[in-house]
Amino acid sequence: MARYVVRRLIFAALLVFLVSSAALVLTRLAPGDYAMLTLGVDARPEVLEQARARYGLNRPIAEQYGDWLVHALRFDFGESMQHGVPVAGLVRAAAANTAILAATALVAATLVGLPLGVISGSRRGWTVQGIRAVSLVVLSTPSLLTSLILLVIAARTGWFPVGNMRSAGPSSTGDLLWHLVLPATALALPVAAMFERLQAQAMSDVVGKPYVLAALARGVPRSRIVWRDALKAALRPTIAVYGLVVGALLSGSFAVEAVTSWPGLGQLMLNALRARDVYLVAGCAAAGSLFLAFGTLVSDLALAIVDPRAHE
Amino acid sequence: MPLSIPARMSDQSQRSTVAALLPPRPWGFGARLKGRRYIGTALFACAIIGVLGAPVLAPHGSNDQFRGLLNAPPTVPRVIDDAGTWHAPFIYPWVLTNRLEQRFEQDRSTRVRLVWLSRGALVRSEDDARAPLMLGGADSFGRDVFSRLLYGARTSLGLALIAAFGAALLGALIGGAAGYVGGVLDDALMRVSDFVLVLPAIYVVLALRAVLPLVLSTGQVFGLLAAIFAVVGAPFVARGVRAIVRSERQLEYVVAARSLGAGHARLLLRHLLPATSGFLVVQWTLLVPAFVVAEATLSYVGLGFPDPVASWGQMLHDASNVRALVDFPWLLSPAAAIFLVVLALNLLTQSRPDRLPYTRPM
Repeated sequence: MARYVVRRLIFAALLVFLVSSAALVLTRLAPGDYAMLTLGVDARPEVLEQARARYGLNRPIAEQYGDWLVHALRFDFGESMQHGVPVAGLVRAAAANTAILAATALVAATLVGLPLGVISGSRRGWTVQGIRAVSLVVLSTPSLLTSLILLVIAARTGWFPVGNMRSAGPSSTGDLLWHLVLPATALALPVAAMFERLQAQAMSDVVGKPYVLAALARGVPRSRIVWRDALKAALRPTIAVYGLVVGALLSGSFAVEAVTSWPGLGQLMLNALRARDVYLVAGCAAAGSLFLAFGTLVSDLALAIVDPRAHE
Repeated sequence: MPLSIPARMSDQSQRSTVAALLPPRPWGFGARLKGRRYIGTALFACAIIGVLGAPVLAPHGSNDQFRGLLNAPPTVPRVIDDAGTWHAPFIYPWVLTNRLEQRFEQDRSTRVRLVWLSRGALVRSEDDARAPLMLGGADSFGRDVFSRLLYGARTSLGLALIAAFGAALLGALIGGAAGYVGGVLDDALMRVSDFVLVLPAIYVVLALRAVLPLVLSTGQVFGLLAAIFAVVGAPFVARGVRAIVRSERQLEYVVAARSLGAGHARLLLRHLLPATSGFLVVQWTLLVPAFVVAEATLSYVGLGFPDPVASWGQMLHDASNVRALVDFPWLLSPAAAIFLVVLALNLLTQSRPDRLPYTRPM
């Protein structure tokens, strides 16, 4: 077990390192740089040169990368060219916003999707057909569309704020939650549907096993079989996808953030990429890959605990 | 020689045990799958007809503007007029009543007949200049949303279909090579694909797209996006192909072919890869909806197709203003189109008896 954990930790560290390095080098190699994009193509060469020197863009890639790496090891990720402030602060704020959104969505999706999956996997009849049909429809509506539709509904009815994270004026938790409802729902719906389908499949497989029949014959109540014994055995496939779901949530939250103007990592990275803000791109990539690494790590460990065979 | 049991057989034996807790099924499992398959096929066929027949089915070109009809509501074809008399299909023209708020009212006094098969279109109004047929309303430039939806299908769906084909091809080659050769190559390729699989695909696509020149021609954007999607989608295919090739390689027919003198290339291309064709088709139907959504997301944030091009994402981008969407809800119709295509392909994958996982490439 200890060896397995160490192996997964190394993988996680490698992930963060490779992704942020690749982001930095790719952005640096891209045509056009920050100096040219802000000053314009017809800027005087000496002004351009001066700006490049200020941002360190006149150095060779290898040198700039090496320098960044040394500083990054000391948790100094450089300064954003667009904003003129350290990258670390910007990224931390945006990552926190994305984390709030994604974590809420994940919890909501689990609380809704899992029980529905248990029900639809262990019963038959019109309720189950209904759940199944709804989840197929929801599964076919990506977060981009869900958030657009919810936004239009919110604007029509005025029940929820249209976009953004906070109202003007003093911020409060209630206000944040008020703004959170719409994007979190948009992000959670497809994931909840996926959980429902996965859990339903796993449940119906387990429910067909002889030991369930044996328990039933011994007089164990049906609800206890379903919600305790069968559920425990059927949890594995859902836990196995949790690691992948973190990636899906990040992908989905990119679309949701764009539609509802939620000031998260996606928006920050998009703007940084467009402005060729090299250090900020690398910082965003590092934060995103940290989420991923954390998600896969947790899901791998949970899987290893539920099913000891997994890490052999 | 070890003979591996096909995975499906062991599945079958498990499923045949009594489903203890379940009452009998309301109707046959097979019938339900068939129903899904029919609906899915019908929806997807509609989309393909739209792609192929866009120039004929669309009443207008993708960039024909009607300057007097900015954000005009859809014109609904009718057969009964206000007096209750029947006519050949006709529409009422829109009359602008409030230029500032872009409010229109129907001119109930004049009927504009629809003419069939004239000037290269299946159906259009007899007086295009005054009262064009706009089944999907007009966008903020006065372009017919329905026509743009059809031309957009060519861009969005065409891109997704081609990119998914590319991903399947690339994945089959990589996975086939890894599974057939084995050893170091296998290890290296699978490590790389493991890595790519963990990453959120839309960010990979975004990063690759953003670091390439931002201003390109439509054809270049199409090719570029198709290539990026294919590369990002390939690892999903490669893993499965590798697993199939590895297990198939042990089977007697491959040994027989080898003993008859078949070379490596022939073994791989003629014997092993055809065994993965079923898997490839399934992967293709999983990748197409993912790519449709990816295109929509990219175009929505302004990194996909440039403006005059009709693509579903670009149309959503044009409409990405909450007030506009509330006042002119027909601008959301590309969302409906995306939903129907994704639903169609989901129904097709769900209708397979071997029940596929619900995890999605993107």
